[in-house]
Amino acid sequence: MSEMRELVGLLKQIDDQLVACMRCGMCQAVCPLYGETGLEGHVARGKIALLECLADEVIKDPAGVKERLDACLLCGSCQANCPSGVKALDIFLKARAFLTGYYGLPPVKRAIFRGLLKNPRLFDSVMSIAAKFQGIFTRPVNDMVGSSCARVFSNLLEGRHFAPLAGTPLHATQAERDTPRGPSGLKVAFFYGCVVDKMFPRIGEAVLKVCDHHGVGVYMPHGQACCGIPALSSGDRDTFETLVAANMKLFGDQDFDVLVTPCATCTSTIKKIWPLMAEGLPESVRFKIRELAPKVKDVSAFLVQDLKVTDGLAAGGGDIAVTYHDPCHLKKSLGVSAEPRALLAANPRFRLVEMEGADSCCGSGGSFTLQHYDLSKRIGKRKRDNIVATGASVVATSCPACMLQIGDMLSQAGDRLAIRHPVEIYAETLAGR
Amino acid sequence: MDNHLSQKFEEIVGKENVLASEVDRHSYAYDAAVLPPKLPALAVRPETPEALGRVVAACNELGLPLTVRGSGTNLSGGTIPSPGGVVALTGALNKIVEINEADMYAVVQTGVVTAKFAAEVAKRGLFYPPDPGSQAVSTIGGNVAENAGGLRGLKYGVTKDYVMGMSLYDVDGELVKTGSRTVKCVTGMNLHGLMVGSEGTLGVFNEIILKLVPPPKASKAMMAIFDDLLKASETVAAIIAAKIVPATLEYMDDFTIKTVEDFAHAGLPTDAKALLLIEVDGHPAQVEEEAAEVEAICKRVGATRIHVAKDAAERNKVWEARRAALSALARVRPTTVLEDATVPRSQIPAMVGALEKIAAKYRLTIGTFGHAGDGNLHPTILTDKRDHEEFKRVEAAIDEIFDVALGLGGTLSGEHGIGTAKSKYMAKEVGMGSILYARKLKKALDPKGILNPGKITGE
Repeated sequence: MSEMRELVGLLKQIDDQLVACMRCGMCQAVCPLYGETGLEGHVARGKIALLECLADEVIKDPAGVKERLDACLLCGSCQANCPSGVKALDIFLKARAFLTGYYGLPPVKRAIFRGLLKNPRLFDSVMSIAAKFQGIFTRPVNDMVGSSCARVFSNLLEGRHFAPLAGTPLHATQAERDTPRGPSGLKVAFFYGCVVDKMFPRIGEAVLKVCDHHGVGVYMPHGQACCGIPALSSGDRDTFETLVAANMKLFGDQDFDVLVTPCATCTSTIKKIWPLMAEGLPESVRFKIRELAPKVKDVSAFLVQDLKVTDGLAAGGGDIAVTYHDPCHLKKSLGVSAEPRALLAANPRFRLVEMEGADSCCGSGGSFTLQHYDLSKRIGKRKRDNIVATGASVVATSCPACMLQIGDMLSQAGDRLAIRHPVEIYAETLAGR
Repeated sequence: MDNHLSQKFEEIVGKENVLASEVDRHSYAYDAAVLPPKLPALAVRPETPEALGRVVAACNELGLPLTVRGSGTNLSGGTIPSPGGVVALTGALNKIVEINEADMYAVVQTGVVTAKFAAEVAKRGLFYPPDPGSQAVSTIGGNVAENAGGLRGLKYGVTKDYVMGMSLYDVDGELVKTGSRTVKCVTGMNLHGLMVGSEGTLGVFNEIILKLVPPPKASKAMMAIFDDLLKASETVAAIIAAKIVPATLEYMDDFTIKTVEDFAHAGLPTDAKALLLIEVDGHPAQVEEEAAEVEAICKRVGATRIHVAKDAAERNKVWEARRAALSALARVRPTTVLEDATVPRSQIPAMVGALEKIAAKYRLTIGTFGHAGDGNLHPTILTDKRDHEEFKRVEAAIDEIFDVALGLGGTLSGEHGIGTAKSKYMAKEVGMGSILYARKLKKALDPKGILNPGKITGE
């Protein structure tokens, strides 16, 4: 597609959603990006107004609108607080796809999404080779946070302190599984997600340990594809749909009660975005996606709601102060905030200390941090300050993408805090490895 | 875009603070009013008071219309710029300069967000009562320019009751000081009184001195449900007659009750005709006594059900229904037209009756809620601005709503301002003499007519 007329036609398709915005401006109170820049074009109301201008052909230059649209963390704070219930995330994801269709995908993203991400086996092997050689280019900087930085200045890394790739990814140490329901009477499908697989396999191991301990059957196939959100948020609907289709082949016809993930972003993507956006897939697959959606759960929600592992436990009053960051994709998107805290409280060695603005965005926003590192850092700095102000020695969160961002911010400030997933802290209390 | 113009303002506020691209201009062409956008030439975001003053002077020198914008939440078009004009954003002028606990006042810059300010004040054990519905985002400058109200108007007054003084820039960019930090001050003309509600037409605010009060020590909320609107109205009258002034006294009509219940499942009876939310506050002993008395009045007049909140959680639940009112209504149809015609409180039944007739006559859906204690109702018309035929009926209905309100001795706007949306009705309420007087005043202070032209007095 390259015709402006086609772009306008596509935008008209979402006219009913656009017109629902009554311009009250309440999104200004919660948008982390607007909080930093104060620019109308950065807040949901402003973006929606610009899309309406484009649809009405009042604005002639879609590039300016695309630029504003891309400056968004997709955290969903606006949607969660919108008085008139505007589905801002739906609008932004669809509009990004339309505009990417109009302009085409930038060459780097095209190479990564279509050359690599689209092919899970190839992605796995490239990343495992990279893991072996990363030490040549990077060096560890903070052993508490577990971060590294570039050995020589690199434009791509921009002075980031990042979590290194795991020496061995989860899928290489853990065999495929398809175990029957145990004493719990429950069976889960385990979607570990790219970041857990390749950077934080210890979180995946903790999930498996907890399932084993509680007698939960596990279906965990290898060759899992990315959930697709990096491609979709860049407007690459084609790659997104290929990835969803590949995952549905693995998970669509299996027998399990709940699909769990330890990644807030994967959870909300599979649960909410797959049914909404995979419009190009055959109806038979879309039907299965809609059947799957209600079964998708964050691992903490599964443990607390279904397995009831924290029932009857007293809140931990231990020596180690831990503070919890609410990932946007868990609290704002799915309303899950009590369950991860309950898991933390279940470990008697820990004591939960709330930070100010626990549910404010960390500034990662997936690829937002790659495109707008300066803004991302400014938002992340606030989060870092709030974390450090608690005096906690551990910060826990339920999204590996947030863990990367928070790790970068803490490490750059020289803070010595450990970053952990609630399921790891809960798994510590269980006997076994 | 006019590069020369951009350059002129870049010299004042810096390159990064001049927003002149096509998307930027469209981003500052509207506010929360259901009115057509108007495209400014550019927007500027001064970071210092001095830069703000220089922006005003530059606009005057160049004869450019200037509209000051806080968060752009105005409901009467007050922050919609003039075509080709300049929008001055106050977002970077957001410092709380001083909160003085001993003398109970605060000094703030114009772009401070109302709720953030109120929270800072509360942290120091004091209270800033004005609480407009948009307080989470609205700015103090905007609140003063519109004389914003809120739920607490009946007992605590509105923004004008808290403005002790200010400094402002006149049209030449000269700093003007008025009022003081003292409770009493008769030094000079009461210019800050003139500025409150002037909607950016007479000067550009810099710092504002606000009165603070001690917070109430206790409060008690209750919900009373009625099968007859008249009984709800009589209850309001009876409470006031008993010399009780509740901090809030909110009303919801049957349509709003049903819509809120569908949306929030707050447990409201959907067969009720009216609902009152009442909160009394003050000294604990007084609160107990007044709450009991209000409850007795509700029963006596004929409430079918009364629910008194026993603790903070229950109080929150009572208010949840009220907070959900606009959200619930806004979801019914794409376009929400929120009016604020206000009548003397004894005329509420007449006003509500008239609203029902207007809705039927123009075949429109109107939900009404609002501040029963001060007669400030919010008839909310649910429509779709894309349906031109229906929207014509909406406009006719609005005309009639204003006629009825004025006929009952009321006023066009309780708290949203006149802006451009209601300027055409002004003569009906205040007469041409008043409009001409205001125009002469404006002409004297702003000879070129650059300060937010067209607002309040038209032209």
